[in-house]
Amino acid sequence: MTTRPSDQQLIDFILGEARLLDQQRFAEWVDLFAEDGRYWMPLEWSQTDPRLTSSLMYEDKFLLTIRAQRLKGNRTYSQKPRSRCHHLLQVPQIDERNDEEPLYVTWTPMHYVETRADQQTLFAAWATHRLTVVDGAIKIRLKRVDLVNCDAAFGSIQLFL
Amino acid sequence: MIGKYRRNRQAISALVRDTEVHRDLYVDQELFELEMEQLFANTWIYVGHESQVPNVGDYYSTTIGTQPVIMVRHTDGDVKLLYNRCPHKGTRITGETCGNTGRFFRCPYHAWSFRTDGSLAAVPLKTGYESSGFGESHAARGMTPVRHVHNYRGFVFGKLSDIGPGFEAFFGEALSSLDNMIDRSPAGKLEVAGGVFRYMHDCNWKMLVENQTDTCHPMVAHESSAGTAIEVWKSAPPGTQKPMAVEIYAPFMSSYEFFQSMGIRVWDNGHGHTGVSHSIHSDYSAVPGYFEQMKAAYGETRAKAIMDESRHNTVYFPNVMLKGPIQLLRLFKPIAANRTLVESWTFRLVGAPDMLLERTIMYNRLINAPTSVVGHDDLEIYERAQRGLCSNGNEWVNMQRLYAPDEAEQGNAVTDGTSEWQMRNQFRAWTKFMTMSL
Repeated sequence: MTTRPSDQQLIDFILGEARLLDQQRFAEWVDLFAEDGRYWMPLEWSQTDPRLTSSLMYEDKFLLTIRAQRLKGNRTYSQKPRSRCHHLLQVPQIDERNDEEPLYVTWTPMHYVETRADQQTLFAAWATHRLTVVDGAIKIRLKRVDLVNCDAAFGSIQLFL
Repeated sequence: MIGKYRRNRQAISALVRDTEVHRDLYVDQELFELEMEQLFANTWIYVGHESQVPNVGDYYSTTIGTQPVIMVRHTDGDVKLLYNRCPHKGTRITGETCGNTGRFFRCPYHAWSFRTDGSLAAVPLKTGYESSGFGESHAARGMTPVRHVHNYRGFVFGKLSDIGPGFEAFFGEALSSLDNMIDRSPAGKLEVAGGVFRYMHDCNWKMLVENQTDTCHPMVAHESSAGTAIEVWKSAPPGTQKPMAVEIYAPFMSSYEFFQSMGIRVWDNGHGHTGVSHSIHSDYSAVPGYFEQMKAAYGETRAKAIMDESRHNTVYFPNVMLKGPIQLLRLFKPIAANRTLVESWTFRLVGAPDMLLERTIMYNRLINAPTSVVGHDDLEIYERAQRGLCSNGNEWVNMQRLYAPDEAEQGNAVTDGTSEWQMRNQFRAWTKFMTMSL
């Protein structure tokens, strides 16, 4: 790929990212993040600060790697039985293109289902991706997931929206 | 329907033995309802922090047991607790969790209005009540206040019944953990900050309380999370600075010896704490500038004494856990015998560097959020226990570790950090406050 991905390539990247999660290819998914990339799931509506305001998740690649590795651990009892997930995405919209930096911002509404044994939970959210290009490959600098009910009481959310 | 336990002191007392408790304490809904009527009425229950209602008319809606209450800043500056229902038809007065109501609450149904101490201020079309004897009605008294309220250095507690000890008698020396948390602010003041995690648990609330002083589970139940964190950290390139997250996760994998030697202190009325000499919070990196601020506020000796305290989990019976060294409070809100809402609150040390709040918030996110891997480990165990206890193969839950027959008479004491004494202490208090009015 050139250093200037087309809109379609950005869209395909986001669809492909969700597919890796649905197929439980978590290590490959973590590799989609840039070295300083972050995954952020705010706790508050319209939250601006991840540091002094709590978030459901605010993780660098190191913490994401711990999660991915833990999911397949032999003594990970909360994954016996395993959880599964399903992403239903709207077509991502490209909100910002900056070929200089490079930085691309996209907006993707989604429904997300997480299941474990007999229990199935539905979440609705908007994903905002801040994407860049590293060595010719699209990488995630920030994936922000805003749950429509971010401030509700939840049971365990064990996989990734 | 006549139940097994209502008005039956003997049957309730028989559920708690010296070293084991009956599974009905976790699974029986009648017993849960009696807990709400007795235990959660006869003891002091944490409601909220006064920094949540800084200005006159500010309110915060929550529960004491399963009773809906409002904490509100009255016009005289005091914090009041009111039952959250209109005396007219029962309508819940506040819809939002928090906000400002001005000088009056106004019911959204018929516009009855109340001062922030609950007293009735006005009723529309009042002539309709003039010769009705309304003045003698329960409704004319306004919104019912909670009978006993105590604001301890900003922490607001309520007690619903007239039975049970006064505030100081109920907590006694256990208040030293709250003191230490507050004293860690150079200004001697805390503020609720960062937001609250609300994590729904399909298990009995007491499982969570017990687990706070269970030091034989971290290296087992959390091997999947803390153990994996240590493994992943090992593969970091040499010279990488140890992340704050590793400082938080790694001590969960400490040895049995570490937990044995940290010690447990038990206090009367079911309170107690782990980490008498050290804890999983002992080896966090120093925060630049903080000690200097503390020294300036308290002098070097006192500042050191405050900061050297490293208590792990303090249980305030029945349903609070406090972590003084990182300014965190967890509230185990009972909903049903098999359902509990866990709220995890964080506090800012007024006058201290932001980095302390940042660490507290990170700890809360990594350990207590519904998205936390450590939280997943624990909830899995609680929910399995809730299901396993339905088994008729054995009706008793064992709490015998390091039991000594004379411990019940000892009052406040320090013991081995892996003892289940504090759990037994909680259940002795459970019987006491469940049966004191029967």
